[in-house]
Amino acid sequence: MSEGPKPALDNPDSPDPQVKAAAPKPETKAAAPKPAPKPADGPGSPKPQAKAAAPPPLPPDQAPPADLAVPAFVAAVQSGVAGAVEQVSYWVGDWTVIVAAGRFAEVCTFLRDTPGCQFDYLSDLTAVDWPARAGKRFDLVASLYSTKLRQRVRVKAHVGEDEAISSVTGVWPAANWLEREVYDMFGVRFTGHPDLRRLLMPSDWQGHPQRKDYPLEGPGELLMESPQDWLKARQAAAEADVK
Amino acid sequence: MQTDTPLPMFDTDELVINMGPQHPSTHGVLRLVLKLDGERVIDCDPVIGYLHRGIEKLSENRDYTQIILLTDRMDYVAAATNNLGYVQTIEKLYSLEVPRRARYIRTVLSELQRVASHLLWLGTHAADLGALTVLLFGLRERELVLDLFEEYCGARLTYNTMRIGGQPVDVPPGWDRKVLAFCDVQESKLPEYEQLLTSNRIFMERTQDVGVITAADAIGVGLCGPPLRASGVYRDVRKDEPYAAYDEMEFDVPLGVRGDTYDRYLVRLEEFRQSLRIIRQAVQGIPEGPIMGKVPRLIKPPAGETYHAIEAPKGELGYFVVSDGKSVSPYRFRVRPPSLCNLQALPQLVRGHLVADVVALIGTIDIVLGEVDR
Repeated sequence: MSEGPKPALDNPDSPDPQVKAAAPKPETKAAAPKPAPKPADGPGSPKPQAKAAAPPPLPPDQAPPADLAVPAFVAAVQSGVAGAVEQVSYWVGDWTVIVAAGRFAEVCTFLRDTPGCQFDYLSDLTAVDWPARAGKRFDLVASLYSTKLRQRVRVKAHVGEDEAISSVTGVWPAANWLEREVYDMFGVRFTGHPDLRRLLMPSDWQGHPQRKDYPLEGPGELLMESPQDWLKARQAAAEADVK
Repeated sequence: MQTDTPLPMFDTDELVINMGPQHPSTHGVLRLVLKLDGERVIDCDPVIGYLHRGIEKLSENRDYTQIILLTDRMDYVAAATNNLGYVQTIEKLYSLEVPRRARYIRTVLSELQRVASHLLWLGTHAADLGALTVLLFGLRERELVLDLFEEYCGARLTYNTMRIGGQPVDVPPGWDRKVLAFCDVQESKLPEYEQLLTSNRIFMERTQDVGVITAADAIGVGLCGPPLRASGVYRDVRKDEPYAAYDEMEFDVPLGVRGDTYDRYLVRLEEFRQSLRIIRQAVQGIPEGPIMGKVPRLIKPPAGETYHAIEAPKGELGYFVVSDGKSVSPYRFRVRPPSLCNLQALPQLVRGHLVADVVALIGTIDIVLGEVDR
């Protein structure tokens, strides 16, 4: 019953080919003798199952098209920092250099200081969580810009859950708060950061909210359902802490 | 007769005080932990997060169209530019063509938004320094911009006025004439602000050589927008990476020389004039044609990721979006808020200045806490 209305909501939004493809399904199933009750669930019922069974996504790092010339700054990193570049990806005009986590800071320093690169401005530093990827769960993504040569590049490194990566605050002071935010939201630890504290969440917060396995509703429903019980539980925890 | 007993000394301990989060001049819920030596600030630690609503996390659980509404709530005094940055990011990810008419309307809206945002900044900044009249003047003109927005999209603060692929509504008849009339009014009011502030002795004393930051430091610490330009760095996303219809507009990028609070004021004041110049060109040049491009009914960009930045009134507003190609919501949605990156420079700016200057310096970097905390 509860599954009934869901496909009905799904269908009007879905593009035409899917509706057409889904339409003949009930007929074929009705012809088959065994799954008699199934057509009542509607054509969309297999859909959520298929969605649940679908493997969690992996990063879409597309290789650049073969006929596209690699820009000078990407070539410079590839030759300048030997062995650090694992992959180069390109999508809708953005170049990304994927490097080994241990050499992230080294590549960043190279990109800032080398003539022809001069990425002196750290636009953004963030992370992406890919729980499905074995071992190295996080992507650390730095978006760089050169105020002199007016070009952009992204540098990416794969970081594991219990792995620390060296901080780039020494390369760009701007990384200070951005790394704190990554630590706060994802739990990626940085070595050599001058002041690695939570940035947005309260300092006694448990967990890292931007991880994919962190519930959207927050830490629990007890607070929402009965704040009194939640307070009692918190009180008890605090008292146990004192004892 | 001389005594060996030393003179009674004043207590020279450092004093740690808490400024905010409920303080009228912190422009929201910013808390500063100031370490003082008498009246001088030795160190400053901004504590943020009081307005954190988890917009990035929420967006990863909404579909692409619903997110436009969430972006309104970040920099809530400049909602139109937030919308613009977001829809352009998805259009880039999708490689969608936006009709020229829609791009012109977007340009008009985002420059009107810049004027409105700068007016609020000017008013509150001047009020922080004691010039209350300017606040009233600023709010008076801002009201005219809000009226124009209300006529275009029906809302006055959170506009939700752009869609992926184009504009939801066309300009109402006669709106362009009202915009031009507003430009004339605004231009005539600018000398009034200048008369009150630019050569005002008190304002100059409070702002000149206060919070000086060199070009190299400004780039390193990630300053963006008017504060970066006031340090003499030629960096404007509208010029460097043109979007909407900015490549067809003629305008100048004002630069400062000394990088102090006074220069940041002058740069923003000149930006008023340049914005009005752009608005006039864009609103008179709105071409005929459709306002909405060819957009799939279900927004589901192919797997890929992109970073796209625009020049919001406060600086470089960037969006980093990762699509897995299967879901109707982004896999990762990240906002690079200009206010956050500018606020990061505050400790560097206030060190060595008086407590009273902290107020001036919070004002000069023009932060909106809704955007800092998201």
